[in-house]
Amino acid sequence: MSKQINVALIGNPNTGKTSVFNALTGLNQKVGNYPGITVDKKEGICKLPRGLKAHVLDLPGTYSLNASSLDENVVIELLLNKNDKDFPDVAVVVTDVENLKRNLLLFTQIKDLEIPTLLVINMADRMQKKGISLDINYLETQLHTKIAVVSTRKNQGIDTLKELITNYGMLNTKPCLDISTIDTTYFQNLKKTFSNQLLYKLWLVITQDVNFGKIQRNDFDALNDFKTKSNADLKRLQQKETIKRYQFINNVLKKGLIVNLANATDLRIKLDRILTHKIWGYLIFFVILFLMFQAVYDWATYPTDLIDEAFASLANWVKNTMPAGAFTNLLSEGIIAGIGGVMVFIPPIAFLFLFISLLEESGYMSRVVFLMDNIMKRFGLSGKSVVPLISGNACAIPAVMAARNIENWKERLITILVTPFTTCSARLPVYVIIIALVIPQGTFLGMSYKALTLMGLYIIGFLTAIISAYILNKVLKIKSKTYFVIEMPSYKIPLFKNVVFTVVEKTKTFVLEAGKIILAISIILWVLASNGPGDNFNNAESIIKTENPSISEPELDDKIAAHKLQYSYIGIIGRAIEPAIRPLGYDWKIGIGLVTSFAAREVFVGTLATIYSVGSASDNEDEDTIKSKMAAEVHSNGTKVFTLASGISLLLFYAFAMQCMSTLAIVKRETNSWKWPILQLVVMSSFAYITALIAFQFLK
Amino acid sequence: MQYTLAHLKKGETAVITDVSSTEIPLKLLEMGCLPGNTVQLLQVAPFTDPIYLNINGSHVAIRKETAQLILIEKSTL
Repeated sequence: MSKQINVALIGNPNTGKTSVFNALTGLNQKVGNYPGITVDKKEGICKLPRGLKAHVLDLPGTYSLNASSLDENVVIELLLNKNDKDFPDVAVVVTDVENLKRNLLLFTQIKDLEIPTLLVINMADRMQKKGISLDINYLETQLHTKIAVVSTRKNQGIDTLKELITNYGMLNTKPCLDISTIDTTYFQNLKKTFSNQLLYKLWLVITQDVNFGKIQRNDFDALNDFKTKSNADLKRLQQKETIKRYQFINNVLKKGLIVNLANATDLRIKLDRILTHKIWGYLIFFVILFLMFQAVYDWATYPTDLIDEAFASLANWVKNTMPAGAFTNLLSEGIIAGIGGVMVFIPPIAFLFLFISLLEESGYMSRVVFLMDNIMKRFGLSGKSVVPLISGNACAIPAVMAARNIENWKERLITILVTPFTTCSARLPVYVIIIALVIPQGTFLGMSYKALTLMGLYIIGFLTAIISAYILNKVLKIKSKTYFVIEMPSYKIPLFKNVVFTVVEKTKTFVLEAGKIILAISIILWVLASNGPGDNFNNAESIIKTENPSISEPELDDKIAAHKLQYSYIGIIGRAIEPAIRPLGYDWKIGIGLVTSFAAREVFVGTLATIYSVGSASDNEDEDTIKSKMAAEVHSNGTKVFTLASGISLLLFYAFAMQCMSTLAIVKRETNSWKWPILQLVVMSSFAYITALIAFQFLK
Repeated sequence: MQYTLAHLKKGETAVITDVSSTEIPLKLLEMGCLPGNTVQLLQVAPFTDPIYLNINGSHVAIRKETAQLILIEKSTL
């Protein structure tokens, strides 16, 4: 029998659900998106005993089935829709032994949907230290389920869990709470109308509108008649339901769970005292941030340089080894140069995701949120905006999505609008190469000018984000209730496996996604640069020869290539926009880079690489890398293209301009309107143009 | 005088008596903020807001404006 079982992993945030997922599926997993929304969909395959296989879905963390965010809504949409291809044969609820009481709330709700449900009690390795003992048999009987006591840290209990999943058919589907006890008459009426439906399911559909709305309910139209109660009444009933659930859980745990506080040693209190201290707390946070930037710039430089050189020599090798012709040129000048421009991303991105995932896994991120809330509130943001603003330094796309757990709509909207100002890693290659070209050598207080400039750009990005938030807070007239609830999880040493998975997964996705666009653009660019209309392009050789009758061979080749490029299709486009960008200190080649950058910033370096490869005929050893090609670039009057003035102007332009179609698309989805992404595009790009203009005119 | 969670000082413990305001997010109740449960103020963020609580074993941080809606009875011990 090779039937595949659908398993859904469900649990509160911070219960180690993802560790269980990783332990079950190993590397057999992939991250996709739920159709129509941008919530990450993590799924994998797990081999079970007796030749069975399970398709495991790691659902977003949720505190209950009363969804208050898009992520949580995914869980309930799936559990209410029996026809979904992912509808679980068995639900595995993951709980943390230290927070069992609270975690069981969700368990009772899932149970009441009468889906076969297993309970995983995770982090069992902490039981002894916390003085916790469990009566598993008693809990199994009372909760009508089977329990796997698991420690993903010590790799214990996973086999038991697999065994239990295999035998899911034996699970009891008896509910935990009779929902009709919270309002007998109301539910009796409901029962009369929908005799064949589960009452709790109906109740979820009714209340979901209060919490979140937007649920598919084709066969539930008649439910509108049951909206007789006001929202306040429904909310009161939900409170009552919650209280009843806790009564049930407390009763079960009274006998099933014993905590001996004498054994408990609490690291949390000691760490919290320091990490949320009004001086030490901030100091530690800034030291961590500083380390993060040091890693991204300094430590990542070595592997980045290696990759850059490797691709340059690969391109050369292809050019010299393969038969000369259009295809070889396309490969070496278009494709390899373009891909190389993306690969240099891997080290800095991996470092950023490494830091962010360490901060989240350890539980430290919540302390930062706690520390920063008051300050952020003054700027119209929430403490939770810190997470998007920090992840924005990796990539604005997950960062904008991370804004989802901000409860207040206005704070969330402002966070989404200002996050693209933070220095995402797509800006990094542009920064790195321009800084290397135009910023002089030298050190100040032990840091090189170059590293200082980079840090300065990060600070400028962050400050611009904060200041625009302040302005938006004053300008936007949106009324929304402010509330803020954040769990402070216990501190944990991050699990190596989880961190590695996150880093690999995010970096891979990023490079593949960006890579696709860059590859496509590289090819288009190469075609546009290698072809052109009219005499000037096609007879370049004879034109140059008549103009410069006594010229050496290599110089001649260079001149012809440059002339051709100038009159190619791309040259024509570039020179058309040159008047607009000349005041900023750019030539038409940079102009092409700016144009393609509107697809994605990181395309800039690849674009220049393609244009300069096509534009230089010499295979000079010194001119292998993009950097040296750029350094050698001169205007028609012989002055260098990349000077301090034009460099700073470019840096500022990239710091502020909204040049990422993917971010705009995400913002559109997250705000459900074109208004906000268009506002971002126009305001950010005009601001970028003006600051770059001022900088160049001032410095030149 | 009727005390609310916002009156609690660092280290103090109290019992929650009423959470009936509909302004209180359901999520907070689901995390255990219910009548009869004990609550302890663990930490106060710089500038006195938000506050960091241990409610019946759940560790959560909330803003003062939400804390003002939750009625408590201070333990006299």
